[in-house]
Amino acid sequence: MELLSGGDLLVRSLEAEGVEQIFGYPGGSVLHIYDALYRHKTIEHFLVRHEQAAAHMADGYARVTGEVGVVLATSGPGATNTITGIATAYMDSIPMVILSGQVPGHLVGEDAFQETDMLGVSRPVVKHSFAVKSADEIPEVIKKAFYIANTGRKGPVLIDLPKNVTNPADLFEYKQPGKVVMRSYNPVSRGHSGQIKKAVDEILKAKRPIIYSGGGVVQGDSSELLVKLVEKLGCPITSTLMGLGAYPCGGDQFVGMLGMHGTYEANMAMHHSDVILAVGARFDDRVTNNTAKFCPDATIIHIDIDPASISKTISADIPIVGSVHQVLTDMLVQLEKVKDGIDDEALKSWWGRVKEWQVKDCLKYSVADGEKMKPQQVVETLCKVTNGDAIVTSDVGQHQMFAAQYYKFKRPRQWINSGGLGTMGFGLPSAMGAQVAYPNETVVCVTGEGSIQMNIQELSTCLQYRLPIKIININNQSLGMVKQWQDMQYDKRHSHSYMESLPDFVKLVEAYGHVGMRVDHFADLEAAMEECFALKDRLVFMDIYVDPNEHVYPMSIAGGAMKDMILSKTERT
Amino acid sequence: MRRIISILMENEPGALSRIVGLFSQRGYNIDTLTVAPTDDETLSRLTLTTSGDERKIEQITKQLNKLIEVAKLVDLSEGAHVERELMLVKLKATGAQRAEIKRTVDIFRGQIIDVTPALYTVQLVGDSSKLDAFVDSVGEASVLEVVRSGVSGIGRGDKMLAL
Repeated sequence: MELLSGGDLLVRSLEAEGVEQIFGYPGGSVLHIYDALYRHKTIEHFLVRHEQAAAHMADGYARVTGEVGVVLATSGPGATNTITGIATAYMDSIPMVILSGQVPGHLVGEDAFQETDMLGVSRPVVKHSFAVKSADEIPEVIKKAFYIANTGRKGPVLIDLPKNVTNPADLFEYKQPGKVVMRSYNPVSRGHSGQIKKAVDEILKAKRPIIYSGGGVVQGDSSELLVKLVEKLGCPITSTLMGLGAYPCGGDQFVGMLGMHGTYEANMAMHHSDVILAVGARFDDRVTNNTAKFCPDATIIHIDIDPASISKTISADIPIVGSVHQVLTDMLVQLEKVKDGIDDEALKSWWGRVKEWQVKDCLKYSVADGEKMKPQQVVETLCKVTNGDAIVTSDVGQHQMFAAQYYKFKRPRQWINSGGLGTMGFGLPSAMGAQVAYPNETVVCVTGEGSIQMNIQELSTCLQYRLPIKIININNQSLGMVKQWQDMQYDKRHSHSYMESLPDFVKLVEAYGHVGMRVDHFADLEAAMEECFALKDRLVFMDIYVDPNEHVYPMSIAGGAMKDMILSKTERT
Repeated sequence: MRRIISILMENEPGALSRIVGLFSQRGYNIDTLTVAPTDDETLSRLTLTTSGDERKIEQITKQLNKLIEVAKLVDLSEGAHVERELMLVKLKATGAQRAEIKRTVDIFRGQIIDVTPALYTVQLVGDSSKLDAFVDSVGEASVLEVVRSGVSGIGRGDKMLAL
């Protein structure tokens, strides 16, 4: 019989889950675990410079691979530093397991050095959490944590590990846990067949149908099914910020992102539709605008794995609880069975209206002679130079919206951003996680001079692990989105929305051992980007100075319906 | 509208804090709360009363159901049910009042469980409105201390909340 310490049991259990890479930072309470990692050498550990980044790295890793991202942090500040990262993952339903060290059991509750009630602190932002009391529980707890994190509506699961539990002096037998059976946790997969039939009938009766697809399609690996359904139904499809790429942005039936900064045609089509098929989307406030005025004529079919997402903000007429993958599969089968097909005439005239809206060309922007470069030009050039193939992560703000609007994503898991929590500082570490997962892919972080400084210390981690990320810093010398709102709603009183004393980013990244480039003129941009992406094995930071006065449009009018939008500084719907 | 939600959950540390936390996190109210292990010691039965419109209650039950440790729950107020609450109340009982209070306790089918020359301690079981009515009847001036257990409830007939 092989006897193992808690630390070894932990590593062995992670191996059993197929974990190859984890992200963390050592400290007193997790030293036994770090020693086990050192001795086993089976799991590659990435040492960050701040634990928040470890959580975002694990998150980025999970978003691009669909596998559970793993974080390891010590008790107290180490653990609390991960909170923003955990909350980010929670809001976007990302599977993650966080191993947080804890002071030894006999000190818990005594305000010991580096003690925090991590279970309490994390409770509102985790799917579930475990406190390990004895080392022999470790294999089963790990197994359950991974199962919970990566089934149903996915999310982060935290495991609190008091130091005594991993003590190398206490040895236990490793028993491979069996299949997880939990009487109180049985996520639904199959949607109700009657509801699916009803939904299909409703869609076929529709004169002005639209598909509204969300992050659930990406998380549920259902992109191919979605594409099939869209083709079969022939109707327009729009996507949430989180769902971009599940249906290719260049696809014929794609009418762009919807919502606060969605396209004119997407929002108009939603508002005027008679049937909305929501697939793995949650009618978030950034989508619906005023719920009382939301799509007045539409019958709403809502597919979601989380029953609590259904009829939370907008009442569903036909709710279908189930995994997007299973429900779409069943829906396609049902569509085959039904004889009366789509009303082609009605669909044709519906597309006629949609095309009229598209004529508006709502994403066009003007660049006057002698004016500074526009942020939109940066994203368009990026898309061109990378052929629309790069994995793109973003931070939060104007650059995020420009990236979502102008980069033409082709596939799911290609666009990584913090849509739910809106976490500045997410872009660089999530790009690092993506690059770790796919060392040979081009990974780009589109950021701004505000966001990048929230986790810029990770440039050091990037050097240590030779992560050749390309950072596109859209530098408008201000907190652009805040400034935009102040321009529009606060009579241009720019309260703390500008960044004075910006560092010389080129020098800064050079100090970190990377390549820095500065671009001031659009004329130089494409060549500079070509040069940047040619440096395959280096991290390159492009500091690109753009017009600080540009706004993101379209923008929905607060309190209005989806059709109510500001289209430019001078035009409204 | 007042609702009684009865929950069967894993009897594990932290489970209760998740339920209570969910209410404060999402801005729901808990009016009363009572919890204890069932005959099966691995399970606890928690009963709480809350209020809200149809939509809010639907969200509350869905969010509660999402908690990993919640095995099953029922909104008792949706169907026929029995609800009971226990109250211990300390009353001033001197002079003529003493006999009057004794009579009121009898009418409400309460029991006097502790006596001093100046006090009665009364135990009363019933639905919440009965307990309210008792307090009103003896009059606030007599009431020195009130302890209420919160509502417990069970479905009528063969309706059961079990695994």
